[in-house]
Amino acid sequence: MKPGHGEVLLAEGDPRVQEDEERLIEEFRRQLDEGMWAAVPVRNPGSGRREAQMVKEYADIPPDSERVIFFPRASGG
Amino acid sequence: MLLALLALALVAIVLAAPIALRRAAEWRARRPARSSTSGELDLELYDPGRERRAEQRARELLRSCVNAEEWGMYRDLGFIRVAGRHARREIDRGRGARPAYAYLVYPHKPIVAYVPETGQLLSEYCVEFPDLTGHGGRHRLPASDDVLAKWMALTSDEDRVIRRANMHLVGRQLDPARVRRDLWRLAEWERRRGNRQQVSPSRR
Repeated sequence: MKPGHGEVLLAEGDPRVQEDEERLIEEFRRQLDEGMWAAVPVRNPGSGRREAQMVKEYADIPPDSERVIFFPRASGG
Repeated sequence: MLLALLALALVAIVLAAPIALRRAAEWRARRPARSSTSGELDLELYDPGRERRAEQRARELLRSCVNAEEWGMYRDLGFIRVAGRHARREIDRGRGARPAYAYLVYPHKPIVAYVPETGQLLSEYCVEFPDLTGHGGRHRLPASDDVLAKWMALTSDEDRVIRRANMHLVGRQLDPARVRRDLWRLAEWERRRGNRQQVSPSRR
C-alpha cells in the first residue's frame, strides 16, 4: 500500500523458482529497509476466521501464502 | 585611432570566443541534470480519477483479506469491528469466545475501544500510516487501505499498534454521540443479519 496511490504490485513470482525467489527476497528486504511493515492474510486454523500475520523475515512467510502486503508502519496520529 | 580600437576589439573577441563557448556548453550540460535532481519541475499532472481508482483497488484488497462479516459491516456501515484479545479483568478470563472489549475501525479516524456488552466507550487511539519514502509530498492511504492497515495491525500485533498510537478519552476527535449511534447501527445490522452471537471476535 502506497500513500497517494493505494495498492502497487512490487514483485511477483514463484518462490519455488530460484531466480524468482531471489527477486522476491530482494524486494522483501528493500521494503522492510524502507520502514514498511509486512503482513500476510491468513486463516486462523482454530476459528477459521481471517486475520493477519506480521512477518519480519522472508523465512517467516507461510509457504502457502499467495501474497505479502507491505504497509507504512503505524505512528501516533 | 578608431581603426586601431576596432582591430583591438576584434582580437579580444576572437581570443575570448573559445572560453565563452566552453562556458556555454558547460551551462547547457548542467541545466537538465539540475532540473531533474532538484525536483522543482518534477510535477505530476493531476489525474482526477487516480484517487477513485486507488480507492476501488483498496476496497477489493480489503474485501479479499477480511472476513465476509467484516466486509459486509464496512460496506454497509463504514467501519469494522475487531475484537480485543486481552482480558480487562480476572473475571474476563472465563468468557470464552466473547471478548472483553472490541475496537471500531474507521477510515482516517481514531480507533475506538469499547465494551461490547455495555456499550461503554473506553478510549480512542489516534494512529496513522504516513508515507515513509519521502517522495511526492504528504499523501495518505486510500480510505479502505487505511482500514485494512489498522485491521492487519490489530489482528496480528494488537499491542504494538496500540503502543504506537496516541490514546485519548473518547471525544477528542470523535463525537461520542456519533460513536454510540454507530454501535446502535451495528446492533441493528447484526439483528437484521440474524446474527444471534454477541460478538464474533476476529481472532479467537
